[in-house]
Order: sequence, then C-alpha cells, then structure tokens
Amino acid sequence: MAWVNAIIQGILTGGLYALFACGLSLMFGVMKVVNLAHGDLAILGGYIALGVIAVTHVPVLWSVVIVVPIMAALGYVMQRTMIQASLDRSVLTTLLVTFGLSVVIENGLLQFVNADSHSLGVGNSIITKSFSIGSQIQIAYLLVLIFAVAVAVLLGLQYFLSSSRYGRLIRAVADDREAAQLSGVDYRHVFGIAAAIAFGTVALAGIAYGMYSQFAPTTGTDTILLFAFAAVVIGGLGSLWGTLLGGVVLGVAQQIGAQINISYEVLAGYLVLLAVLVFRPQGLTARKAES
Amino acid sequence: MNSPRQGNGTPLLEVRDLTVHHGQLRALDRVSLHVFPGEVYAIIGANGAGKSTLLRTIAGLHQPTEGTILYDGTDMTKARPERRATAGIVMVPEGRRLFGSLTIEENLQVGATYARKGPWTIERVYELFGWMKERRAQRTAQLSGGEQQSVAIGRALVANPRVLLLDELSLGLAPIVVQRIYAMLPQILATGLTVLLVEQDVSQALRVATHLQCLLEGHTTLEGRPSDVTPAQVEAAYFGLDPEAPEQDEEESEP
Repeated sequence: MAWVNAIIQGILTGGLYALFACGLSLMFGVMKVVNLAHGDLAILGGYIALGVIAVTHVPVLWSVVIVVPIMAALGYVMQRTMIQASLDRSVLTTLLVTFGLSVVIENGLLQFVNADSHSLGVGNSIITKSFSIGSQIQIAYLLVLIFAVAVAVLLGLQYFLSSSRYGRLIRAVADDREAAQLSGVDYRHVFGIAAAIAFGTVALAGIAYGMYSQFAPTTGTDTILLFAFAAVVIGGLGSLWGTLLGGVVLGVAQQIGAQINISYEVLAGYLVLLAVLVFRPQGLTARKAES
Repeated sequence: MNSPRQGNGTPLLEVRDLTVHHGQLRALDRVSLHVFPGEVYAIIGANGAGKSTLLRTIAGLHQPTEGTILYDGTDMTKARPERRATAGIVMVPEGRRLFGSLTIEENLQVGATYARKGPWTIERVYELFGWMKERRAQRTAQLSGGEQQSVAIGRALVANPRVLLLDELSLGLAPIVVQRIYAMLPQILATGLTVLLVEQDVSQALRVATHLQCLLEGHTTLEGRPSDVTPAQVEAAYFGLDPEAPEQDEEESEP
C-alpha cells in the first residue's frame, strides 16, 4: 500500500512539474530559447503573489488573476526587447542573457526581500485538508487541485495552439520563421505572445509551488529549473503531453526513491533522467508528436 | 503576346542600381529593373548569377549595400519582409518553404491572416487547384513536390499580392509538373496580378514572359521582350560567350 501511495503522490506532484515545464518547452519549441531564468521567473511570480496578497488582502487563489497577467505582460516585453535582441545575435547569446537574467532576479530578490523562506498560506480552507483511501493513502486536496489545474492548462494550451489564429501563427513561425514573414507575419510579435504564455504559466506554477511548499530566492535555480528541465527531457521536447508524462515520471521516480530511503528522493529522479538520456534521448514520446 | 510596357504610366515595381553582398562576395552589381502592371517579368540566368538574391532582396530577406527598391512610388528599401508582404509584394520562395507541421488548409490560413483585400480567397485557391480541397486536412510534409509547390502558390495568392514573386518554381520538379503549374499562370494573371519570376529553365521562362532580363555574375547582360531577342542573344547573355551581344562588359571593372 505504501508503494501505491508513493505512485499516487508521484503522479500528482508530476502535475506541478509539468506546469513548470510547459513554458520552458514552449519557448524552446517556438524560438529555440533555452530560458535559464525559467525557475527564477516562477519564484518571482510567487513573490509578486506575496506582495499582491499583502497589499490587497485577496485570498491566494485570487492573486492568480492579478499575477498571471502581470507576468504575461512582462514576458511579452522581455521577449520583444532583451530576448529578441539576443536572438538576433545568436542562439548562444540567449543562453548568456537568460543566465544573466536568472542571476539578476535571484540577487534582486535577495536584496529587496530577504533570504528567508516564504510560502503562500491558503488559510483554513478545504484545500489544506486531505482525504484518505484505506489507512495508508492520504491525498491532499491541494495536490489534486494543482494536478487538475496543470491538466486544464495543458488542455487549454493544446486547444489554443491547434485551433486559434495565434496558435496557428505560433506553429507556423516555429516551422519556418522566414516563410512566415513572407506571408506578412511579424514573427517578433508572435514570439512575444509565446513568451507571454510561457511567463504566465510559470507564474501560475510558482504560485502553486508556494501553496504546496516553501520558496526562497534561490529555489528557482536549485530546484525548479532542474525539475522543469528533467520533465521536458524525459517527456520529449516540443510535446505538451510528453511534458505531462515527463513530469509524472519524474514525480513517481522521486516518490519511489523516497519510499526506499528519504535521501534518495531527488537522486531517483535524476537516475531516471539519466536512463532516458542514455536509452531514449529523444524522450519518451516520439519527436514532434504534437506541435 | 504584346507587352503592355508602352503607355502604361509608372512602373509598379522599380529597382535602381541594386548592389547586394553576401559577405565579401558581390552577388548583385548595380542591377536595375522596371516592372509595369500586368507584366510577366522573367529574370533568367545560370546558377549563381544572382537571380534569387535579386528576388529575395526585393522581398526583404536581404539588405542591399546600395540601391533603391520602389514599390508603387514608395521607398521599400528598408522595410521588413512582413511589411512588404502586407503592402502587396508576396514571394513564393525557392524550395516551397511550407509550414511542414501544418495542414494544407492551415498553410493557406496563415497566408490569409494579414491579407490585403482582393479577389483571392482560400475557396478560390481550391477552385484553381481542384485536388486540394478534399485533401485540405493533410499535412504538407506528406505531399509531392508539385503539390507542395501548388500549396505554396496558393499561400501567396490568398495574401492578394499586387506583385507576385516566383522564385525557381521548376526546381526539383518533373518537367510535366512544371508545365502544369505554369499552365495556371493565365488564370492567376486574369485577376490583375503582376508577376516577377526567376527561372533557370530558359525555355519555360520565354514561353510565359512578356519581358525578359538576363543576369550573369550579378550584372544585367540582356533585357527586352522575348519577341525582340534572338535565341543566340539569349545564349550569349546566359553564358557570357559573345562579348558583343551583352549590353555591358562581363568583366568587373572595379575591385
């Protein structure tokens, strides 16, 4: 039963990892930007939520409505200015620039907030509770909610990419930027929209993380970015459902590792990542399965 | 076919002394051309003559070192490719360059997203290419070369261009397929388009063109109506054989 519990917890945690990873995957898939600041942006979203809650006293869940648009707007502006400017030079430059951005965000938070851990308290509502199946399985409503949100976000993103006008343009630009220009498409604007989506989803993930666990300015690089990368690589680049699968595999591996010995939790996740890189470097889902 | 050159007022597209470099290499050297409304203007030349560079520069994919591109009286030399496309200069690029993960219909929808007003719609493209409609949900990566070329032309047409740039339509296609595609040209022209095309297949270009320009190593070596030039002149201009036939020396006068 303990093993079943570990698998269930792993699957649910995988939803959170997928939520972190989908923006990373989108930015790489569309503009070939490996965003090394992705984890810090999640934490930044968490801190903005803290600030919003402190000022407006809205409940945590409502802060999403404010924080996600702010981060999405930030994503558009950053893409149109700094990231685009680095893309115009070379793909390698984007690595340097996003790494620099990561350092700036992390140290900016250390400077202006502090190094203490914070969490986004959800107060005394139903989602802090959990329910039991049998004697050994305890499932937190919060994790179920996060998993449901992750699936909803991925479904929504999938629908947006496959059916909307801008989704079509995003796929076209990812296929052939120059040909899109010849059809009158301003690819920089389309890149901006993709970045807005990526920043919006990662802010959502940051808030979810803050409700589930504690975060500090360094959490972005030492935990979230690595887990997001692992989920993307395990699942296979450029596939949304692969990202969910990658997140779930990572989560399950960690929980099973923790079941064996609590200190193996993180190690087990990376062992799976290593195994995937060795035996199936294109990821578990086939390359280019979905947009 | 009579050229509409005379008495047609101002050119729709005018290129003045265009010089383009690829790194150190001078791909085009002071090339000029005037394209009048309704013309089928063909640029011929051997591999590496600068034909595609000329077309790509007009579309905005290369920046010239010198020279001017005027479209309908407006200076477009510095404009971005997407701005030229929405203004009415639309190119069918060499090698088709379709969006491979998108369906036929989605490719056309992307082409129509920022379209000018005009006669061309996705429906009309389906009428032009009879086979296309029932296969519209197929990804373009699965199509044959000729089918892909048709989709690429359709994608350009739905933008309702005034000047359609066709870059090496025949490349990599069987001659019968090339003929079939060029057979569509009169129907396309009937909607009031002007065509500027680049073609390695000289006989094909001569069949459809109302005006002809031959490039050799980045220079213009011959210009005129197909009916006014002899095959010997074309051959000389194409290969740079006869020093008398070309209008300019083929030797570079500058370093």
